[in-house]
Amino acid sequence: MAISRNDIEKVALLARIKVDDDQVTALEKDLGNILDLVDQLKSADTSQTEPMAHPLDAVQRLRPDVVTESNQREAFQAIAPATENGLYLVPRVIE
Amino acid sequence: MQWDVVIGLEIHVQLATKTKIFSGSSTAYGAEPNTQASAVDLAMPGTLPVPNEQAFRYAVMFGLAVNAEIARRSVFERKNYFYPDLPKGYQTTQLERPIVGPGHVDIELADGSQKRVRIHHAHLEEDAGKSLHEDFHGMTGIDLNRAGTPLIEVVTEPDMRSSEEAVAFARKLHGLVTSLGICDGNMSEGSLRFDVNVSVRPKGQEALGTRTETKNLNSFRFMEQAIHQEVERQIDILEDGGTILQETRLYNGDTNVSRSMRSKEEANDYRYFPCPDLLPVDIDEAFIEDARSRLPELPDARKQRFMEQYGLNDYDAALLSNEAKLSAFFEDTVRHGKDAKLAANWIQGEFSARLNAEDKQVAESPISTEQLGGLVIRIADQTISSAGAKKVFEALWSGEAGSADEVIEAKGLKQVSDTGELEKLVDQVLAEMPEQIAQYQEADEKKRKKLMGGFMGPLMKASKGQGNPKLFNEILQRKLGG
Amino acid sequence: MHDKTVAELSSALASGQVSSVELTQHFLDRIRQDDSRYNAFITVTEEAALKDARAADERRQQGDVTPWTGIPFAHKDLFCTNGVRTTCGSKMLENFVPPYDATVTSKLREAGAVCLGKTNMDEFAMGSSTESSYFGATTNPWGERRVPGGSSGGSAAAVAARLVPAATATDTGGSIRQPAALCGITGLKPTYGRISRYGMVAFASSLDQAGTMTRTAQDSAMMLNVMAGHDPKDSTSIDRAVPDYTAELDQPLKGLRIGLPREYFTAQLSAAMEQTVRNAIAEYEKLGATVQEISLPHANLAIAAYYVIAPAECSANLSRFDGARYGYRCDNPKDLLDMYTRTRAEGFGSEVKRRILVGTYALSAGYYDAYYLKAQKVRRLIQQDFIEAFGQVDIIMSPTSPSPAFVQGEKTNDPVTMYLEDIFTISTNLAGLPAMSVPAGMMDGLPVGLQMIGDYFSEARLLNAAHQFQQVTDWHQMTPAR
Repeated sequence: MAISRNDIEKVALLARIKVDDDQVTALEKDLGNILDLVDQLKSADTSQTEPMAHPLDAVQRLRPDVVTESNQREAFQAIAPATENGLYLVPRVIE
Repeated sequence: MQWDVVIGLEIHVQLATKTKIFSGSSTAYGAEPNTQASAVDLAMPGTLPVPNEQAFRYAVMFGLAVNAEIARRSVFERKNYFYPDLPKGYQTTQLERPIVGPGHVDIELADGSQKRVRIHHAHLEEDAGKSLHEDFHGMTGIDLNRAGTPLIEVVTEPDMRSSEEAVAFARKLHGLVTSLGICDGNMSEGSLRFDVNVSVRPKGQEALGTRTETKNLNSFRFMEQAIHQEVERQIDILEDGGTILQETRLYNGDTNVSRSMRSKEEANDYRYFPCPDLLPVDIDEAFIEDARSRLPELPDARKQRFMEQYGLNDYDAALLSNEAKLSAFFEDTVRHGKDAKLAANWIQGEFSARLNAEDKQVAESPISTEQLGGLVIRIADQTISSAGAKKVFEALWSGEAGSADEVIEAKGLKQVSDTGELEKLVDQVLAEMPEQIAQYQEADEKKRKKLMGGFMGPLMKASKGQGNPKLFNEILQRKLGG
Repeated sequence: MHDKTVAELSSALASGQVSSVELTQHFLDRIRQDDSRYNAFITVTEEAALKDARAADERRQQGDVTPWTGIPFAHKDLFCTNGVRTTCGSKMLENFVPPYDATVTSKLREAGAVCLGKTNMDEFAMGSSTESSYFGATTNPWGERRVPGGSSGGSAAAVAARLVPAATATDTGGSIRQPAALCGITGLKPTYGRISRYGMVAFASSLDQAGTMTRTAQDSAMMLNVMAGHDPKDSTSIDRAVPDYTAELDQPLKGLRIGLPREYFTAQLSAAMEQTVRNAIAEYEKLGATVQEISLPHANLAIAAYYVIAPAECSANLSRFDGARYGYRCDNPKDLLDMYTRTRAEGFGSEVKRRILVGTYALSAGYYDAYYLKAQKVRRLIQQDFIEAFGQVDIIMSPTSPSPAFVQGEKTNDPVTMYLEDIFTISTNLAGLPAMSVPAGMMDGLPVGLQMIGDYFSEARLLNAAHQFQQVTDWHQMTPAR
């Protein structure tokens, strides 16, 4: 299935990946080829089949409500790009 | 044209668990920024979520309390979007298979009628962190302490037809979750947040109009104002021949103005899919029964009991039973003060007015149930007049004294109820008012009532305000001739 | 010394023939001398390794020993190692030093194993040739300019070149088995959920599984003994007893039922590859196994299903790499959107970006049902094929890869050709089954791997079959010429 330039730009924005104009053509081809591969799925009859999200048919265990974590801010923020007064700094959010 | 208003609510209820929904970090409010953000909460590479049992227990308790179906299997999904307060780049939530299915809540309206509001579903999800927009050299500061706090999002059907109904529902829900003990109900800290979906349609029309969503209303007053404002805005647009845009709006309570959040509109495509890091959660009968056994008395049952046990009327009982803390305050006051109706009047009157005026919670009341009960006793046994009672209340509220009796003593507020003494005073006063007596005796029944006040003033003055007005009245009537 | 297996080194350490410090120094020297040729390591932790080796020797003196005490090994560079950078082969994490350990990391640490460093890999484990690493391609020790396979190509090359006796690895679509095959070593991918994924940087959560890269099946069993087990920090890890995987290695294979899927032995398989694999299977017949043809009717759809599910999961899993809390951030972002889009455009390589975009597309509105949901259904069909097959046979055998190691650069320009490398391995990840690759012959001087797929939790049986094969063949003993 072909994927349009417009689709690629839309998906790139959703995925927050900057795609330069000169990369779009290559992506059109690569993503188009991958989608062609994936389109083989259409041949399968899945009318009687439940989707399978997990390999094993297991159920979730729940954790008791007990505090197990301590403050490790210093260690975590030592590897952060930008912090101040214990806060992570990011460029201003404009709404 | 006449318009119908249609309102549905989405309520985010922060669950009062000790730890987050997917990590063992504390959820305590007010900690230093990012000191309660663990590797899981920060979405460090390779970290994985493990769900909190208590969050499920609380969700099930809520479901039982709103007469809802509990899903035997619920599934977490990922809701994908980028925002700096959302460390993983997706929110773990429930979409197709929420833990709580359809249910309902009955609300009492001011005219005494009842109305049923249907709950569409309630699902478990994680809260986001906080963005602090103060100036950090033009940057935004991110605090992730709140990230991962468990929420249930309660979604109602569009069953409400006015802001009054919406607020009544919101208050009822607040009373319910705090009575259950699953939420601290502290709206100013964001423990309970309301999103309001509003649409209007011409009266009689079946189809719903286009709705808008106003987000994050954190007080009942703002909610009421925001709905009024939005309804007016929509009607204005429609009457001018315009159309309503389906959009998310942000309401500013301080200015009473809302505006469109266009950034939220921009090509929203959340790409939900089942979270592969979590398995389906199966809830069995034993878990549900355990949750049921933990249900405390809920407001509706409490209301019935208040009517039977204390002889309260429907209205008083509804008001006093909604919030567990107020209910407990009332019952404790009755224990100390005996007279339930007087206690009810004082708690709904003076006491609630002062709390509201000072923006205080019941728990922050400077006056104890023992103190208020002591006051009730002295009102009931006529030791003090109602004017005196107000003075005693003020003194107790401001912490001037330890008990009603101390205030009465110190301020000399005790009423004189010695009939002999009072008769003497009446005789003295009447002796100086022959004209008024004549007037009174010539007047008809209706007029007499009015004229009686003319004697009470001088009598109260003569008794330095301490004469029992009820007894004065009796003596006067006797002396003046019925 | 470097030609010895883990089992042999373990005995040598136990008998005092060699100390862990000597052993560690020996392998570190080999890495220093030879790795410039292979680029199998991203990071070598010489100092920490020697310190751990000294500690291991001390532990041994105190009698506190496991079979792994003092044994050198390496981690694929996506297992988080406290204090040692963990790059995932990406610029995004070039300087990421986690302040925590993966569960696999701590288990091997507690067993006393000595980590020498972190091995090269396709970026975020996406690839089949270890050419997409930000830190340069790894070269197969068996042939200049030949790829080692991927994504765990660094671990495979390091074990093949005798730079370490064992290494950890991960397998999402063949990333243990295919490089093991191409490098002539033994690779094991256990049942999904057998080994904790906590602290293992995620590619596709429902497919990722940690495993072992060793020279022999016996070493693999020893390593699985340490790595396997339930982890409360990973909701998808299985709470099931861990047997001693070495206990059944010596069981005779008489009566073992081998199945050969007719969908894998087609005209498309090269005659030379088919002959090599059939020769290996003939050895099994000599050992008493019976061979029959089976069918996996949906095998041809595995790649299509995988290239929806894996990109979809990865598109969400990699959203956390946003430049906000750790890892790469672009220079001088002009606003938030610019920070996100440039950080991710500059920090991720082209294959990672391709997969994120495909996954985003497959999950987006209007395509979810046709792609994601359809792929999940096909996934079940593939699983059902296997369940049926394991009603008839004990182990399914096939080539691990369609061809031996290919030349670097040969497939980098065409993603789809590269994806077809995993045609025999991918379906076991979709089903979550355990599988191995063992050296089983040579083609044009390059090793060929035999893939063995077992039923759920049949690792002991697979290891037994591989070990018995290695008792009668010497393909696993072959050493690449320097």
